[in-house]
Amino acid sequence: MTATIADADATAPEAQTPAAGPVPVGRILRFELVKQFSAWRVRLLILLCWIGPAVLVFAIDKQSTLPSDTLFGRWMHATGWAGPLVALGFAGTWALPLLTSVVAGDVFASEDRLGTWRHLIIAIRSHRRIFLAKAVASLTVILLLVVGLAASSTLGGLLAEKNLPLVGLDGHTLSPGDAAGKVLLAWLCVLAPTLALAGIGLLGSIALGRSPMGLLLPMLVALGMQLAQMLPLPVAVRLALPGYAFISWNGLFTDPAQIKPLMIGVTVSLVWAVVATVLAYLLFLRRDFTNLNNNDGAGRRVLALGVVPLAAVLALTAGVVAATTSDAGGTGITQAKVQKSVATAFSHLFRLQQSQMYHSSVTEAQLATTASCLKSEGLGKQEGSGNDWRCTITFNVPGNNITAQGIYQLDVTANGRYIADGDGPQEVNGYFLIVTPGKVVANPLWQFDGNVDLL
Amino acid sequence: MDTTVAIRGRGITKVFGDVVALDHVDVSVARGQIHGLVGPNGAGKTTLLGLLLGLAVADEGALEVLGAQVGRALPAPGGVSGFVDGPGLYPTLTAKQNLATLAALRPRDAVTSDVGEALHEVGLAEVADDKVRGFSLGMRQRLGLAAAMLTKPKLLVLDEPANGLDPSGKKQVHGVLNRLVAAGVTVILSSHRMDDLEALCSEVTILSTGRVVFSGPLNKLSDETRELDYRLRTTDPAAAGIIAAETPGISVVAGTDAAALADTDVIVVRARVAALDQLVSRVVRADIAVREFAPVVSPLEAAFLDLTEQETDR
Ligand SMILES: Nc1ncnc2c1ncn2[C@@H]1O[C@H](COP(=O)(O)OP(=O)(O)OP(=O)(O)O)[C@@H](O)[C@H]1O
Ligand SMILES: [Mg+2]
Repeated sequence: MTATIADADATAPEAQTPAAGPVPVGRILRFELVKQFSAWRVRLLILLCWIGPAVLVFAIDKQSTLPSDTLFGRWMHATGWAGPLVALGFAGTWALPLLTSVVAGDVFASEDRLGTWRHLIIAIRSHRRIFLAKAVASLTVILLLVVGLAASSTLGGLLAEKNLPLVGLDGHTLSPGDAAGKVLLAWLCVLAPTLALAGIGLLGSIALGRSPMGLLLPMLVALGMQLAQMLPLPVAVRLALPGYAFISWNGLFTDPAQIKPLMIGVTVSLVWAVVATVLAYLLFLRRDFTNLNNNDGAGRRVLALGVVPLAAVLALTAGVVAATTSDAGGTGITQAKVQKSVATAFSHLFRLQQSQMYHSSVTEAQLATTASCLKSEGLGKQEGSGNDWRCTITFNVPGNNITAQGIYQLDVTANGRYIADGDGPQEVNGYFLIVTPGKVVANPLWQFDGNVDLL
Repeated sequence: MDTTVAIRGRGITKVFGDVVALDHVDVSVARGQIHGLVGPNGAGKTTLLGLLLGLAVADEGALEVLGAQVGRALPAPGGVSGFVDGPGLYPTLTAKQNLATLAALRPRDAVTSDVGEALHEVGLAEVADDKVRGFSLGMRQRLGLAAAMLTKPKLLVLDEPANGLDPSGKKQVHGVLNRLVAAGVTVILSSHRMDDLEALCSEVTILSTGRVVFSGPLNKLSDETRELDYRLRTTDPAAAGIIAAETPGISVVAGTDAAALADTDVIVVRARVAALDQLVSRVVRADIAVREFAPVVSPLEAAFLDLTEQETDR
C-alpha cells in the first residue's frame, strides 16, 4: 500500500490545482426557481392569484348588493378603482398571509420533507448562498403572486365599471388618475407587511423543519395580529405590530393623507422583515444537517434566536413609537377627532350628492359643517372604540340662510375605522337611493365609511 | 499546505445535548488511499464524516480538509464530495435529472464528467429515466456514488456505501473506488463489514463511543500477537482434538457456538499464530487431512471487537 501513497505524491500537482470555485448564486437561484415552479401548490397559487381576483371582483360587481362591510365595497358600482381596494382589504386578511405561508414557509421545510438537505449542502457547499438563493426565490414567487392579485383585481374592476373617479375614505373625490396612483401605492405599501410575514415564514421554515407548524406560522402570526388589532390596545403597541400596515394604507385615501401612521406601519414591517430574515439566516447557519431525524438542542436555539429577539423588536418599536408620538398610551380615538372626521366626510359627501342630483356645486366652505358626537350618551369617557357613538351634524343649507341637522350612529372599531349610519331626518340621510339625471345610485349620505387618524 | 495529507483533524469534539458524539478525535488521512472508518453503532462515524462534508461544524478542535480549514464560516472546500446516511437525492426527479441538475450547478468551466457515463459506471444506465422515489436502497446508494463522482472530487467521503448492495453491486462499487484511488483520489469510508474494509483499505480508524481507539495501517492491527480462535476442519475431528490439546500453546475451545453449530468434523482452537504451525504439522503427520483452517473471525474483526469492547467496558 506504500506504493499507492507514492502514487498520491506523484499526482500531487493535479491535486494542487485550484479546487472548483463556489457555485454561482445565479445557478442556485435558477435551481430554486425551477423547484418552486414545479410544485403544484405554487402553480395553483399563480393561477388563482392571476385569475381569481378578476373573476371575483367582476362577479361581485355584477351583484346588486355590494360588500359594504369591506372598505370601498360600497363604491364598487361607482368606479372600477374600488375593485382592487376591496381585493386589497381581503388580501391583507387572508390571501397575503396564506401565500407567504405556502411559499416562504415551505422553501426550507420542503428540503426537510424530501430529505434532500445533505445533497444540497454538499453540492453547493455554502450555507450563505443557499440561504440567499432560497430567500430570493421565495421573494420572487411572492412578488409574482402579489402583482397578480393587484393586476387581476384592477382588471376585474375596470372591466366591470369604468375608469371613473373614486370616493375616498373621507368622502373627497379622487380623479381617476389620482385613484390609479393611490391604488398602486396602496398595493406597494402592503408589500412591507407581506415581506415581514415572509421573513417570519423563512424563520418558521428553518426553525420548525418538517413540522406543519412551520408552514402555518405566517398565517398564525397574521391571525394573531388581526385579533390584536381588534383589541383596545394603546396606539403605540398597535402601530408597532407588523400587521398594522395591512390597514394603514387606508390613510392614503383621505385628504390630507394620513401619512404618519402609514410610514410607521411600513417602517415597522420592514424592520420585522429584516430582523426575521437575519434571525432565519443565523439559525440556518447553526443548523446541523448530518442527522436529519435527530435535532436535539434545536428547540432552545429557536427560542434564543427566534422568539426572544422578535419579542425584543416588538418592545423596542413600541417604545420608539411611544416616545415619538403624543398620547401614545391612549386609544387614539378622541371626541374631537371623531367630530372632525365625521364633519369632513359629511361635507365631502354632501357636495358629491348635490353634484350627482342637481349638478349644482356647493363647496365645503359654504356648508361649514360641524359635528357634535357623544359616546354612550355622554356617559363615561368620551374616547375609544364602540358602536355607541352618536353624532349630530350641523350644516348651512346651500342657497338658504338656514342651518340643517343630521344624525349619525357610528360604529368605531379599535383601529379607527368607522361606519356612520344615517339616523334621520329623512331628507338628509333617510333615502337609500337617490335619483340622478340618468340613473339611480346609492345615496352617499345614507351610510358612509370613515376613519379617525390615530395619531 | 501539506500536500500529502487529505484530512487532518486535531481534538475534534462534537456534542449533541448531553451525548458526546466525538470526543477529542485526532485523525489524519494521507492522500491517494482508501481510509476505513469502523466502530459500533453510535460510535460517531457518521458525525465525523458529516463534519468533513460541511454538514455540521465541530464544537471544538481544528479540521483541515484538502489543505483548507473547515469551520462555521469556512465551508468544506471544493473537491470534497460524498454522502452520509444515504445520498438524499430528489425523489421526484429521475436518476438522470438528479445528476443533470447537479451538473448544472457547477460553473461551466469546472470539471464535470458526463451524466450518462457516471450512471453507466455504477450500473444504473437502465433505470436512468426512472424516478428516484421508486429506487431500492442499493440503487440509491449507487446513484449517490454516481452523484459524488460527477463533480470529479479529490476527496470522496462515503458513509456505509456498501449498505444494501448485492454482491455484484458491491464488486462494482469496489472497482469504482479502486479506479478512483488509482487516479489519485482519496477516499474515506465507513463500514460495518470488516471483509470490505480488508479488501479495500490500507489504513483504518476505529472509533468507539466518540474516541479513536486505533488509527493506522491494517497490518499493524492484525499482526499484534494476540490469541485468536481458529476453525479446524479435518477428516478426524476427535483425533485432531486430542492432538490439539497436547500441542503447546494451543487450547481447544469447547462448546463455542461455531463448534456447536457445525457438523462434527470441526473443532475450534485458540492460539497465537506461531503455535499454529506445530499443530498443522502434527495433525498431518497423524494422517489426518486438513480441509479448512481459518480464523473464526478475521484478525481485523477480532481486534475491532477487542478494542471496542475494552472501550465500552471501561
Ligand atoms: N443530531 C443529533 N442529535 C442528537 N444526537 C445525535 C445527533 N446526531 C448524532 N447523535 C448521537 O451521536 C452519536 C453518534 O452518532 P453517529 O450517527 O455519528 O454514529 P455512527 O457511528 O454513524 O452509528 P451507526 O453505525 O449506527 O451509523 C450517537 O449517540 C447519536 O445518538
Ligand atoms: Mg452512521
